[in-house]
Amino acid sequence: MAEMLELTALQAGRAIDAGDLAPGEYFDAWREAAAGDELNAYLWRAGDAEGARGVPIAVKDIFCTEGIPTTAGSKILEGYRPPYTATAVRRLQEAGVPLLGKTNMDEFAMGSSNENSAYGPVLNPWDRGRVPGGSSGGSAAAVAGGLAPWAIGTDTGGSIRQPASLCGIVGMKPTYGAISRYGMIAFASSLDQCGPLTRDVSDAALLLQIMEGRDGCDSTSVGIEGGIELPQREDLNGLRFAVPSGLAMDGVEAGVQASFEATLATIEGLGGELGEAPLPHAAHGISAYYVIAPAEASANLARYDGVRYGLREDSEELSEMYESTRAAGFGREVKRRIMLGTYALSSGFYDAYYGQAQKVRTKIAEDLNNAFESYDFVVTPTSPSVAFELGAKTDDPLAMYLNDYFTVPMPLAGTPAISIPSGLAEPDGGGPQIPVGFQIAGPAFGENAILDAAFALEKAIGFEARPDGVG
Amino acid sequence: MADYETVIGLEIHVHLSTRTKMFCGCELSFGDEPNVHTCPVCLALPGVLPVPNEQAIRFALMIAAALECDVAERSIFHRKNYFYPDNPKAYQISQYDFPLATEGRLGDVRIHRAHLEEDAAKMIHVGESGRIHGSGASLVDFNRAGTPLVEIVTEPDLRDAAGVRQWAQLLRTTIRQLGVSDVNMEEGSLRVDANVSLRPAGSDELGVKTELKNMNSFRFIERGIEAEVERQRALLDAGETVDQETLHFDPGDGTLTPLRSKEYEHDYRYFPEPDLVPLAPTEEMLREAREALPELPAERQARYREELDLPADAATLLAGDVEAAEYFEAALGAADGADAKTVATWVTGELAGALRQSGSEDGPAASKVEPAALARLVAMVEAGKVSHGSAKQVLATLVAEGGDPDTIVDRDGLGKIGGGGELEAAVEAAIAAEPEAAKEVRAGNPKAIGRIVGAVMKQTQGRADGGEVQALIRERLGA
Repeated sequence: MAEMLELTALQAGRAIDAGDLAPGEYFDAWREAAAGDELNAYLWRAGDAEGARGVPIAVKDIFCTEGIPTTAGSKILEGYRPPYTATAVRRLQEAGVPLLGKTNMDEFAMGSSNENSAYGPVLNPWDRGRVPGGSSGGSAAAVAGGLAPWAIGTDTGGSIRQPASLCGIVGMKPTYGAISRYGMIAFASSLDQCGPLTRDVSDAALLLQIMEGRDGCDSTSVGIEGGIELPQREDLNGLRFAVPSGLAMDGVEAGVQASFEATLATIEGLGGELGEAPLPHAAHGISAYYVIAPAEASANLARYDGVRYGLREDSEELSEMYESTRAAGFGREVKRRIMLGTYALSSGFYDAYYGQAQKVRTKIAEDLNNAFESYDFVVTPTSPSVAFELGAKTDDPLAMYLNDYFTVPMPLAGTPAISIPSGLAEPDGGGPQIPVGFQIAGPAFGENAILDAAFALEKAIGFEARPDGVG
Repeated sequence: MADYETVIGLEIHVHLSTRTKMFCGCELSFGDEPNVHTCPVCLALPGVLPVPNEQAIRFALMIAAALECDVAERSIFHRKNYFYPDNPKAYQISQYDFPLATEGRLGDVRIHRAHLEEDAAKMIHVGESGRIHGSGASLVDFNRAGTPLVEIVTEPDLRDAAGVRQWAQLLRTTIRQLGVSDVNMEEGSLRVDANVSLRPAGSDELGVKTELKNMNSFRFIERGIEAEVERQRALLDAGETVDQETLHFDPGDGTLTPLRSKEYEHDYRYFPEPDLVPLAPTEEMLREAREALPELPAERQARYREELDLPADAATLLAGDVEAAEYFEAALGAADGADAKTVATWVTGELAGALRQSGSEDGPAASKVEPAALARLVAMVEAGKVSHGSAKQVLATLVAEGGDPDTIVDRDGLGKIGGGGELEAAVEAAIAAEPEAAKEVRAGNPKAIGRIVGAVMKQTQGRADGGEVQALIRERLGA
């Protein structure tokens, strides 16, 4: 039983296909594991596995699942059951991947620590006094904590890659438009993308392969031409990796820095070439992101008004009903971002904020495109720090926002990036040895090349560590 | 009292008659049970996305072509943000500073812009007046939410209420002929709002404008504008200023009430719609839109005048009424060798008159008079087979029963009196019956002939041709 939980999804899938593993039994084993959730990773777990024929998956509660509670981590959708299923999830189901559970998340995907959930924080399996990262904290904790074989989440400013980094697993944000957003509760429409959280790079590739593709229900979806190949690369000969000089490393923890440099050395050992790319505007990514994302969110979250679904705080008067409902239903961070976003779009301020942020965004995209003229990849630490303690940054939103420093340029540019575990390190203030993530970013629709490079690097790094009590 | 010039611009919303809504696959309907044509997208459930309706875009391109607009190479959708229960996303997807079409013209009025957007849901206020004030609750019907709309904004080129009415009717006819909308004001598929301001005659600057809404017939538009012009005139004459505000027209008593509701004071916080890619119509789509245009009123009028040599008023009348024009052309086609002017006159004159007299509200196309039948009747008159007067009787019969003129003439004995001496005999008899008149005619008073002609007509039940009768009488009397 315990052995079958050790298999990666790819291995388990092959065993099922070969008839060596009974899917129903396999599903039950995972159901049982998930039931032992002490990390608050799950908001809903599946019952019986009727007709399960594949490797079950944990799905971030931002994806609509027909008839199954979908909360987006918010009180305003408590008890809401969508009448339809998100395209990405539907494709998984059609490929035989059954739903294991819905995972906890920062409310409406706004957060980097999963402390903004209306349903309580998620705990990091490596140290339960620490955050798993966010906003896909539940998905990351479930995979890292042995509660799910694999998972999907969403990434807007880093919400897949950063928790993957803090939990010691693989997380990837594909090119904008690779996977349909239909049924994925919107936070920031021009940035949101669905992506895998897995134990290794091959599993991530397999999930992308199943989910990617143009969807008639999403005008912004295009899929990936030629599709996704499972990676096989064994070395990095002839590949060129750039470290961005425009991104300051002075906010990076010592342990993270050390792991990053060690990984650069590993790349060279595999035959990769290192260099530098300026990315002069990337340092303004946080500022641009924290204007654009809240602006789009302020419109996307306006539909939660108590009229047609979700929470309603009744009143005799319409405005009062709107106000009471939204005051009661939204958490502090969501309210903060709605206000920021509304302000940035308002008459007299649009040009200075939203307009300007979009121009900066274009510059960042140009910077990355220029880098990819001379290099195959841009590499950074995924997160400036390892997992921090619960409550350490909740009083300082800006400090919290800086977690996304290395991850925001890619969604702003619409380009793909993966995070793989590069080792363990101690936090700056002292503490346990916990995972560090390494980010590989590539040009738009360059997923296959990224997966290939990550596959080779992952093998060379040989990260085998698991949290205590897992595996 | 000072002399003022009225300046009016219009904002028109046209419901496109596509099969489905602007951004989802729900069917468009009118008058169905509430909330039966809805889906996650038009209900704005969490996680949904809009997908544009291609037919709506093509229809909008046809409108742009008919209004002689420039079509943008790339136009984008914007979100217009405001909270109201009829607006389920709390934003309307519309177009803002990069609209589909700009700078056109229709008749004497320049078109400022035309763009695509979606309609809101329908709200029904439960209470006595059906208005929001005093109602106990409001019900929302989402069948209409997401209906494709084209919004057309004119330059402030109109100068009076009657002109607005005429131009609005021309716009309606034009769009109706495109087949892209029912443009029915009573059903709500055409809405016309007016921006009205006054300025001192001769001035170039625009005065403060008010916006008039809820005028849902051409008559109300005219009345509403007249009322507003009077109201503004009175204010300005008294030395006061006009407030910029929105006024709601009450069809019950024809008055205008200022709207104080919050949603009209909004900052809409427009920003580009990130869920939709820009609209970039291809050359082929533009060509297809132009080619899909039927002959529009202005063109048709020109053709009637230049090719068929119709007089101006007949040309205008026919060109402005597509059904009458098609009827006219069908009749012309059936009448080999008949004069276009004559056929036109019969359609706009005699036939229209006969229909009115019968109490019918139908136009010629809806009547029982087949175009070929009319053509035949005209030919019979031209050939002298039937007098003008008898023909009108035949026409009345055709209006009542349909059928063909030859049969009616034979059945009712309405053939013209021609050879065979019948006419001569009637003339003789009439002269004998009117000796005074005969004397006057001989004496050189031509008017007196009328009484003798009248007697002949009475005798022959109008079957004689007036001209022929006169000639015969003169011959007899040697005058």
